[in-house]
Amino acid sequence: MNRVVITGQGTINALGMNVAETYSAFKDGRCGIGPLELRDVERLSIRIGGQVKGYDPEAMFNRQQIALYDRFTQFTLIAAKEALDQSGVEFHDELAQQSGVILGTAGGGMQTSDENYRSVYEEGKNRVHPFIVPKLMNNAACSHVSMTYNLQGPSFTVATACASSNHAMGQAFNFVRSGMAKVMITGGSEAMLCFGGIKAWEGLRVMSKDACRPFSANRNGMVQGEGAAVYVFEDYEHAKKRGANILAEVVGFSMTSDAADIVMPSKQGASRAISGAMKDGKINPDQVGYINAHGTGTAANDKTECAAVADVFGHHANHLMMSSTKSMHGHVIGGTGAIELLACTLALNESVIAPTVGYQEADPECALDIVPNEAREATVEYTLSNAFAFGGLNAVLGLRKFG
Amino acid sequence: MSNYTDRVIKIIAHQAVLEIEDVKETDTLEELGIDSLGLVESIFAIEEEFDITVPYNANDPAENDIDLTTVKAVADAVKNLVENGAK
Repeated sequence: MNRVVITGQGTINALGMNVAETYSAFKDGRCGIGPLELRDVERLSIRIGGQVKGYDPEAMFNRQQIALYDRFTQFTLIAAKEALDQSGVEFHDELAQQSGVILGTAGGGMQTSDENYRSVYEEGKNRVHPFIVPKLMNNAACSHVSMTYNLQGPSFTVATACASSNHAMGQAFNFVRSGMAKVMITGGSEAMLCFGGIKAWEGLRVMSKDACRPFSANRNGMVQGEGAAVYVFEDYEHAKKRGANILAEVVGFSMTSDAADIVMPSKQGASRAISGAMKDGKINPDQVGYINAHGTGTAANDKTECAAVADVFGHHANHLMMSSTKSMHGHVIGGTGAIELLACTLALNESVIAPTVGYQEADPECALDIVPNEAREATVEYTLSNAFAFGGLNAVLGLRKFG
Repeated sequence: MSNYTDRVIKIIAHQAVLEIEDVKETDTLEELGIDSLGLVESIFAIEEEFDITVPYNANDPAENDIDLTTVKAVADAVKNLVENGAK
């Protein structure tokens, strides 16, 4: 089995236009959640989100590109460029054929769907732009990354709701580990902050109107965000040979299915995914210093997740740190696992643990060290990143400090 | 029984897949087999029927200011929301 390392990472989300700005927000405990700016917001009862603001698509892409790139594709390409620039890897000849793209998204080109449903249903138009289908399809972002960087190997998109990115990165990890690919571009993206996207979530009645406060006794639900994060997962020998800078090693991955309920999480499913990732990565529980929690800020998730961690880690649960950065960038649904993995690379590379902001009241059912409100300096060797999706699909990824 | 109660019972019976006569005012929604998703669906149906907005957050049912435990409690809450003009 080949060792797999991360040689590049990129992002755009409510906290920043790149990794440096996002790291800086994590360190400062800065919250990117604020009033939503979108059409018909006055008809929504939920009016906050982790929206990417101050972003001008026309400064990044030309008109022909914008005609083909939904906002989720734009976010992906911005994050991919940062990751590939950092990695320095270029794809020609054999390497191009041995490298691919696996990305996660839940909604795909939702802004395109929203705008065009409006156009045909509300405005009664009978003609739409010719590129709606290639723009809204869930694999559009994956395909545009492959075309931009000449990636000719295994490429596809994974949709497992809130675990999409973790499932995608887990596949990419296994492709490189098994030798099926040399380099995989992976991560995820979501751009669901449009009228229809929020309205659908409103219906479920699990959204907060004021803040995302994971693990805090007075939490009142989740807050949606948007954005993307993309990584370069590379065969270690290949990375070493070309003298690449290595950010972290990907060591373990596990996925499980609750097989129980379409929305309520299960402690057993989560526990099996966490312990499975450690077993896969030959990680002893007491080596794990930091877990990036799924931590949505709903009672159902937070209590279940804390109970699962307490079960798996036993006494060590009191000695590890677990934070939810959703409190800052919001729940980026299909892109959230990718953005949250940045908190793991930050912990491993800079020994800073991103906090859970908005924390106000202790909850006895969430009695772990959730790094409340302020970032903390701590050296960690291993991190885990949890994602537990609606539909009971769980995926956990383990990283190790490199070197 | 008020008009509110009749209309609420009709909605709850439909949600619980029961005959209308099998739903009593004193029944709790839980006894009728309505789980958390079923409750959210019932509230949606009630909001549509009465053109009201029920202030209910499914995140932590115990934290809500509104009592929706029994059929009577739901009917009372609906009456209050309709007559006090909560929209």
